[in-house]
Amino acid sequence: MKKIGLIIRREYLTRIRNKTFLLSTFLLPLMIVLLIAGTVYLGIKGKTNHRIAVVDQNGYFKDYLKSDSSLYFDFSPALDTLNYTEKNCSAVLIIPILQEGEKTVYRLKYKKQLGLASINDLENRINSAITDHLIFTRTNITRSRLDSVRVASDIAVLQTFSDEGKKAVASSQGSAYGIGYACGFLIYLLTFIYGAAVMRGVMEEKTSRVAEVIVSSVKPFPLMLGKIIGIGAVGLTQFLLWIGLIFMLVMVAQAFIPHELMVEVGNMQKANAMGNVQMAKGSDAAQQIYSVTKSFQNTNFYLIIGCFIYYFIGGYLFYASLFAAVGSVVNEDPQEAQSLMLPITMPIIFSFIIMSIAVQDPGGSLAVWASMIPFSSPIVMMARIPYGVPSGVPYWQLLLSMALLAGGFLFSTWMAGKIYRTGILRYGKKPSWKMMWKWAFKN
Amino acid sequence: MSMLEVDHLKKYFTTQKAVDDISFKVEKGSIFGLLGPNGAGKTTLIRMITGIFNPDEGSILFNGKKFNADEDSARIGYMPEERGLYKKMKIGEQAIYLARLKGLSATDALSQVKDWFIRFEMQSWWNKKIEDLSKGMAQKLQFVTTVLHRPELVILDEPFSGLDPVNANLIKDEIFRLASNGASIIFSTHRMEQVEEICSQIILINKGKKILDGTVSNIKQEFKENLFRLTASPLPSNFPNSVFEMISKNEHSLTLRIKEGYGPNDVLRYFIDQQSTVFAFTEMLPALNEIFIKLVEGTSLSRQFQPNQS
Repeated sequence: MKKIGLIIRREYLTRIRNKTFLLSTFLLPLMIVLLIAGTVYLGIKGKTNHRIAVVDQNGYFKDYLKSDSSLYFDFSPALDTLNYTEKNCSAVLIIPILQEGEKTVYRLKYKKQLGLASINDLENRINSAITDHLIFTRTNITRSRLDSVRVASDIAVLQTFSDEGKKAVASSQGSAYGIGYACGFLIYLLTFIYGAAVMRGVMEEKTSRVAEVIVSSVKPFPLMLGKIIGIGAVGLTQFLLWIGLIFMLVMVAQAFIPHELMVEVGNMQKANAMGNVQMAKGSDAAQQIYSVTKSFQNTNFYLIIGCFIYYFIGGYLFYASLFAAVGSVVNEDPQEAQSLMLPITMPIIFSFIIMSIAVQDPGGSLAVWASMIPFSSPIVMMARIPYGVPSGVPYWQLLLSMALLAGGFLFSTWMAGKIYRTGILRYGKKPSWKMMWKWAFKN
Repeated sequence: MSMLEVDHLKKYFTTQKAVDDISFKVEKGSIFGLLGPNGAGKTTLIRMITGIFNPDEGSILFNGKKFNADEDSARIGYMPEERGLYKKMKIGEQAIYLARLKGLSATDALSQVKDWFIRFEMQSWWNKKIEDLSKGMAQKLQFVTTVLHRPELVILDEPFSGLDPVNANLIKDEIFRLASNGASIIFSTHRMEQVEEICSQIILINKGKKILDGTVSNIKQEFKENLFRLTASPLPSNFPNSVFEMISKNEHSLTLRIKEGYGPNDVLRYFIDQQSTVFAFTEMLPALNEIFIKLVEGTSLSRQFQPNQS
C-alpha cells in the first residue's frame, strides 16, 4: 500500500508540475471566454456599414423601410444604377411596382459584396416594410401602435414546477438543458483526455523499458492502479480549479453590471420571495439577469457537483483501466494504438451522441437505459441529473446507475489488470484479440 | 546456507518451454555467471527469481526461506538487459523514487543516492533528465539505481554493454566490492572473457535446460583436452614417441596432446632425453568461449517454436 502511494505521488506531481497542465488549466478556459467575447464583439463592432441607394417605384418604402447605422437607405432621386458608387453607396436597390398576389422580383446591384448577414438583414427589412404598409392600408393601424400593444400585453410569466408530492419545486428547463449538456460534454472530454493520458503513460513505461525495473519492485496491478489514481487526481484537481475559476469569472462579471440594475434585480427577487405574484416589471436587462439568477437558484448545485464528481471518477476509472490495458499491449507503433483504441473510443463517442438526445428527452427510454449501462452512464446520467432528483431521475435509477458503474469499473479494472500484467512485459508482435481474451480470463 | 536456491524450476509458455527443470545454488558473497545463447531462457529464469513471473513448477529459496516476491523484492536489485528509466524525470528524483519503491525511507533514500552520486562523480547530473545523458551515462545511472537499496542479491543482465573501458572498470570494481561486502551477484552475459575474469561459479543453459554447472576452474579442467604448450631448443622436426602427439608447431614452440596413460613429466623426460632445453611448459586450458561454442553448437541456433503438450 505504501508503494502504491509512492506511485500515485509520482504520477500526480510530475503532471501537476508540468507546464502543459498549468497552460491547459488556466489558459484554456480563458481562451474560451476570450473566443466567445471576441466573436460577440466582432459581431457587433465588425459589421461594415452600408449606404444603399433605393430606386423605389412604389413610393411607400420611404416611409416604412428602417435605416440605421449598419444599413442606411438613401432615397434621394438623384441616385440611379449608374452613379451610386460615386455617391458613396455600396449597392443600389431597385424595387419595381409590387402587385398583391404575385411574386415580383426586386434587385440589388452591387460593386462591393455586402455579406450574407447584411443581405438577410436587408431582406427582412424589406419584408417588414411591406407588412407594415399592408397593415396600415387595410386596418389603419400604425406599427408604433402595434408595438405599444405588444409591450402592454407582456404581463404574464410562465413558471414551471416539478410536482414532488407534498411540495412543488420551481424548475427551469432551460438551465437544466444547458447544465446537463455542459456536464455531459465535460465528462466526455475529461474521460478522453485523461484516459488517453493513462494510455500514453503506460506506453511510455513500456517503450522506455522502465516497466521491467519497476515491476521487479512492485506488482503490475498496483503499478497500473497507482497510475490511474494519480492521473485521475490530476483530472479532479483540474476540474476543481475550473470550478474556482468560473466562480471568480462570475464575480468579476458581476462587478461590471451597473449598480442600479442590481438594485432592480434585488427588488424583483424580494417581490418574488414575498409570494408576490404580481412581479414588478423591470427593465429588459434587469429582467434577463433576474431570470438567469432565478434559474441558477432553482438548480441544486451541490447535487450536480457531487454527482459530477462521482460520475467523473466512476467513468474515468471504468475507461482508464481499459486505456491502460491498450497501452500495455501496443509497441512503439502509434498506429497500433489507434486501432486498438477504437473499441474503447467508440462507446464514448456513442455515449456522447446518446447524451445529446437524452438532454432533450431526459425521461425517454433511451436516456434511462443508457444512464444505467456503465459504458454510457457517466455521460448520459449527467445530462439527466440537472432536471432534478427525484423529479427527473428517480432515486432508484440514480442509485442503481451508481452501483452498476461501481461494479463496472471494478470488473473492467480487474480484467484490464490481467491484460496489463502480461502485456507490459511483452514485446514483438501485436497480440490478437483472442490472445488478450485469454490473458484476461484464463488463469 | 545458500543465498539463493533454485530447485527444479519450470516455466512453460504456450509455444515454448522457456525454463525446463533448472536447479542451481548461489552462495553468499559469490559472483555467479548465468550463461546461455540468445533465447535460452535466461530472462525468463531471472524474471522468476525477481518475482516478476511465478514459476509453473519448482521452488525458489531465498536465504533458506521460500521466496516471497512482496517481501524479498526489496532485497533484490535487478538491472535488465533492456535498460529503462523515465525519460522526462529528473535524475536525482528518479533515483530516490526507485529506491523508495524498494522500501527505503525518504531520508535514507536521499543519503544513499547522494553517496552513490559522489562515488560515481554524478553530482552535477541531479537536475538533468535522462534525455540529456549519453548511453554510457544512463548505464551508470541504471547501475546505481539497481544497487541503491543495498540488495543482498544483485542481478545484472549484460552490465557492461555500451560502456567504455574506464566506466566498465568502475562498475567491475563496484561488483567486486559489493560481493566482498556479502552481496551475491548473478551476472548474465554472453561475453565469456568477462565471465572468466569475474565469476567464481557459472551455469550454462540452452533451450531452457541447464547443460553445465560448476566453478570456472573445474569446468575448464573438465573440458581440457590434455593440451600443452612447450617451448624448447633445439626443437627436432618430428617426434616419434608414444607419450604425446603433435598438434602444431612453429619455430620454437609446440602444441601437443598427451596420450592416455602418460603425464606431463613423461613429456619433460622425453625432451630432456632428446638433449633439448625446455624453456616453458604450460597446460592449455580451454577458454570458456570454446566450451560455450562447443556445447551450444550443433543445436539449432534459434529455438524452434513447438506446441506445448501440457
